[in-house]
Amino acid sequence: MTGERAGQITAGGAGLGAYRPLPGVADEMLGADGQIRPIWSRMAAHLGGLAPADLAIQMARADRYLRDSGVFYRQYGSAQAATADRAWPFSHIPVLLDEDDWSQIASALIQRADLLESVMADLYGPNHLVSSGRLPAGLVAGNPAWLRPMVGIRPRSGHYLHFLAFELGRGPDGKWWVLADRVQAPSGAGYALENRVATARAFSDLYAQENVQRLAGFFRDFRDALLNRRQDRDSRVAILTPGPLNETYYEHAYIARYLGFTLVQGEDLDVRDGQLMVRTVAGLRPIEVLWRRLDAEYADPLELDPASRIGTPGMVAALRAGGLTMVNSLGSGILETRALMAFLPKLAPHLLGEKLAMPNVATWWCGDAAARSAVLSAPDRMILGDALATGMPADQRGDATRAGDLETADLARRLQSDGTGLVAQEAVTLSTTPTLLQGRLAPRPMTIRVFLSRNGSGWTVMPGGFARIGATPDPAAIAMQHGGSAADVWVVSPRPVAPVSMVTGTPTPLRRRSASGLPARAADNLFWLGRYVERSEGIVRLLRAYHTRLAEAGPASAPLLAAMKPLFDQVGVDPKTGVPKALLENLSAAIGSAGRVRDRFSPDAWSALDDIDRSARRMSSRVTPGDDAARALSALLRKLAGISGLVHENMYRFVGWRFLTIGRLHERAMGISAALAVLADPEAPEGALDLAIEIGDSVLTHRRRFSVTASRDTVIDLLALDPLNPRALRHQVDGLRDQIDMLPAANDHGALSPLAREVLLLHADLATADPTTLTSAELWSHRSRIGALSELLTRAYFP
Amino acid sequence: MRYRLRLSIRYDFGRPIGAGRQLLRVCPRELPDIQHASDCDVTITPPPLERDGFRDFFGTQVIQLVLPSGVSKLRIDMTARVHRFAAEGAFDLSAPLSRLASELTEITDLGPDSPHHFLKASPRIPDVPQIAEFAARACAGAPTTHAAVESLGRALNAHLRFDPKATEVDTPIADAFAGRHGVCQDFSQIMIAGLRSVGIPAAYASGFLRTLPPPGRPRLEGADAMHAWVRAWTGIEAGWTEYDPTNACFVGTDHVTIGYGRDYSDAAPVTGAMRLHGAQTGAHSVDLVEEPG
Repeated sequence: MTGERAGQITAGGAGLGAYRPLPGVADEMLGADGQIRPIWSRMAAHLGGLAPADLAIQMARADRYLRDSGVFYRQYGSAQAATADRAWPFSHIPVLLDEDDWSQIASALIQRADLLESVMADLYGPNHLVSSGRLPAGLVAGNPAWLRPMVGIRPRSGHYLHFLAFELGRGPDGKWWVLADRVQAPSGAGYALENRVATARAFSDLYAQENVQRLAGFFRDFRDALLNRRQDRDSRVAILTPGPLNETYYEHAYIARYLGFTLVQGEDLDVRDGQLMVRTVAGLRPIEVLWRRLDAEYADPLELDPASRIGTPGMVAALRAGGLTMVNSLGSGILETRALMAFLPKLAPHLLGEKLAMPNVATWWCGDAAARSAVLSAPDRMILGDALATGMPADQRGDATRAGDLETADLARRLQSDGTGLVAQEAVTLSTTPTLLQGRLAPRPMTIRVFLSRNGSGWTVMPGGFARIGATPDPAAIAMQHGGSAADVWVVSPRPVAPVSMVTGTPTPLRRRSASGLPARAADNLFWLGRYVERSEGIVRLLRAYHTRLAEAGPASAPLLAAMKPLFDQVGVDPKTGVPKALLENLSAAIGSAGRVRDRFSPDAWSALDDIDRSARRMSSRVTPGDDAARALSALLRKLAGISGLVHENMYRFVGWRFLTIGRLHERAMGISAALAVLADPEAPEGALDLAIEIGDSVLTHRRRFSVTASRDTVIDLLALDPLNPRALRHQVDGLRDQIDMLPAANDHGALSPLAREVLLLHADLATADPTTLTSAELWSHRSRIGALSELLTRAYFP
Repeated sequence: MRYRLRLSIRYDFGRPIGAGRQLLRVCPRELPDIQHASDCDVTITPPPLERDGFRDFFGTQVIQLVLPSGVSKLRIDMTARVHRFAAEGAFDLSAPLSRLASELTEITDLGPDSPHHFLKASPRIPDVPQIAEFAARACAGAPTTHAAVESLGRALNAHLRFDPKATEVDTPIADAFAGRHGVCQDFSQIMIAGLRSVGIPAAYASGFLRTLPPPGRPRLEGADAMHAWVRAWTGIEAGWTEYDPTNACFVGTDHVTIGYGRDYSDAAPVTGAMRLHGAQTGAHSVDLVEEPG
């Protein structure tokens, strides 16, 4: 296929005809001759052929996908950490790379991965590189990322590194450079998957026609490789996250869900007799493989950073004992040291017997006299920074300065006095790629992050990756914290590609996972999620009843509204405002709990929850008491019902679902017993019984079953004792008994746990009660017994 | 000098605490030509759920233990025999301070005794400009590194007041220096910061000190103490020398070494969950009883 002249496609959208690369800068889409590169021709034709309105519609599909699935990125440095989730900064147009170019990139990166593994093995082993003078001793010994407790600990798998990423840029001559090595705990692979799904939505026709290499196989192979590193098939592979406040927590949860691994935090883990264990609702269970998304020094407060609150005391001991494979080994962060790039080109021939196939950005460690004179001879081309810093020069605007901006004498003095602490790197000019700005194409600098994983036979390169696109033409502004955005990378093959899925091709014997793997912390959050959602629903029902009466009867309703006061007090609500603060707090708490178990919570349910929270907040500032509030609350109630539907229709009946359900039943039982104790009391004012039926959502049922006006007996019968009414107290307690009975260790061959015994007693009392004996005092007593179940549950399963 | 060494540490937490993992660095170590240690025995009451040992990066013997939950009192008892060899009065072979940096680059070794570990800031010993100024003044004109170590040690000993109530185990060295007070841990870490600032690699030494009774008075049981001092690298020829800034003296046969580290965080006698329970009251006693040669 020959390139079409860019100027010929002027009629279409996106301003393709006006697209011009920046002077002196290579562009991904246009060659130096201004021609569209062959690999881009179909993309260019597609964009050029779209009317502006169609372009907007197609791009919006991707945005909707990202919004609906709740992809976010947390911005550091925000005062309100909890609300700093930022919509994913997505750049719609993928970066297109030719399969032949790609295979050269891939083999060069595999070589580099092998080199890093060798350097790592030496730094944490015999230290020949230092003793032979190939690496300066101070660069290692003075480096906080060199973790002395790890020296001499051989990795159980035989390898220190299992999952790497490299940041690449393309220079003006079209050649690729390594800008940074990501060896500590590389992020972005999950985002690359989400970018792929979104991009495929925006370019659905084109994606189907182009031979784009698929990503799923990479993840499948890595999942299988990690599973195969276990010796005991009943042990687990887990992903260790710093927690929901981390910048990339979304991705940790996403990958855990995608690969079927347990997501854990440091506090979920314990070490017993040298074995790493996870606290589950069924006790401690072994973990043999841990993929950490946590910087190493935080992993163990006992032997690493004592200030860490997110680590596990004994983690290093578990590694020393050899019962755990850590991906990557603790201490791998030292390989990200910027000054190391000055030495890797020389270490490659020594360690691998061959030259680096892809250069890294030219780097000078200024502890060396020759390097200092190199910097002094061309200061305008040099970025000067901290020798031990990690990451790319472009990401480090804080500590890096252009050497040429300093007076020559100052520069010389600084190099002389602090040379060992300084590194100089050549200022890079990155290639640009087209991005859409207000519906028109514009060239922006880009880097790509490429991921490698180790499987049984060696390194595998993800065929694609994660491109970062600058917000401005300045290559220094590429980090997402600086307003940059992310795009998909398509590796395009001339031949059709085989479809892949996460399902392994070769059949393995069916193994059902034991049901006891739920981390105790996750169970706790699911229980509270169930409670908060149900409590929100209860509050909304009470409020709606209140405002309906206020609207209909006005002042005449005063005694009845006053009678509701104890019910509002129970949940801390002031009913006079239509959408009170306590309701918003409840919804926030629900979102908080859901956020901590995102790996177990369906994206649909998540977005439904988020939607309710937004609606409630919007309403809270607008609604007026009475009819307006009642209507707003009805709308909220419908949305809440939607969540229950999503959870209960779609969630597998696993242990996690049981805890969620127990939370919901528990809260509903609390609510209905209080409502009956207050509203079905013989002293309650006129209309209280009808109110109870309404709050209990049983108006139609009551009419059908009794066809009489409500009496205390009919109300108690229907809302307290009827096992078939899903709103009745009895129904909740039946459910609690059923669910609790199926929890781990609840019923050991007839020997009941304290929790199981208490719920059985409660059930028996209700089953044998009749409407005349079930007084308000009795109902209050049931309510406090139900409340006590929560403590028994907590003690038994989330100690 | 031969000693029989006894250490007893008691913790009273006031209330039962949860299960916890601890590291103990309490056993005297072997140091060729300086100290020979034997028969080290550590008893923990109540007995831990798990107990094992390893040597840390710097060669210190570490006991690792997991306490059962519900413990409210803990006792650690250590006994050992130690033979401390008297150093021969030697010539000062240390390098001039101006040559130390170039001698350092000739060392290409990252073993536990390599000076490279002890030159840069460490978790408990950041760079403190005021200490650096003090050290630059104290070391000015010192003909050798050895002399610089002694000058700084004496100057600090005169500048700081020993006060066991003025600082906590976590007090930053900048605060202790500004307040001009502290205990052996503060004296030592401040001196290390000063030595590093003038380019002398310096390590933290943890151990025991024999306290000699005033002339004519009997030795009191338990009066000896856990102690900390400084180990400084003075050049290729002379190697390491040890100085005790709390007592303004070079280290001799009254000191017994447990181990070395970059600072307290590498060498703390007890590390772990116990530190998290703030309400505990701890007490320790040490006896270093001379044995006939």
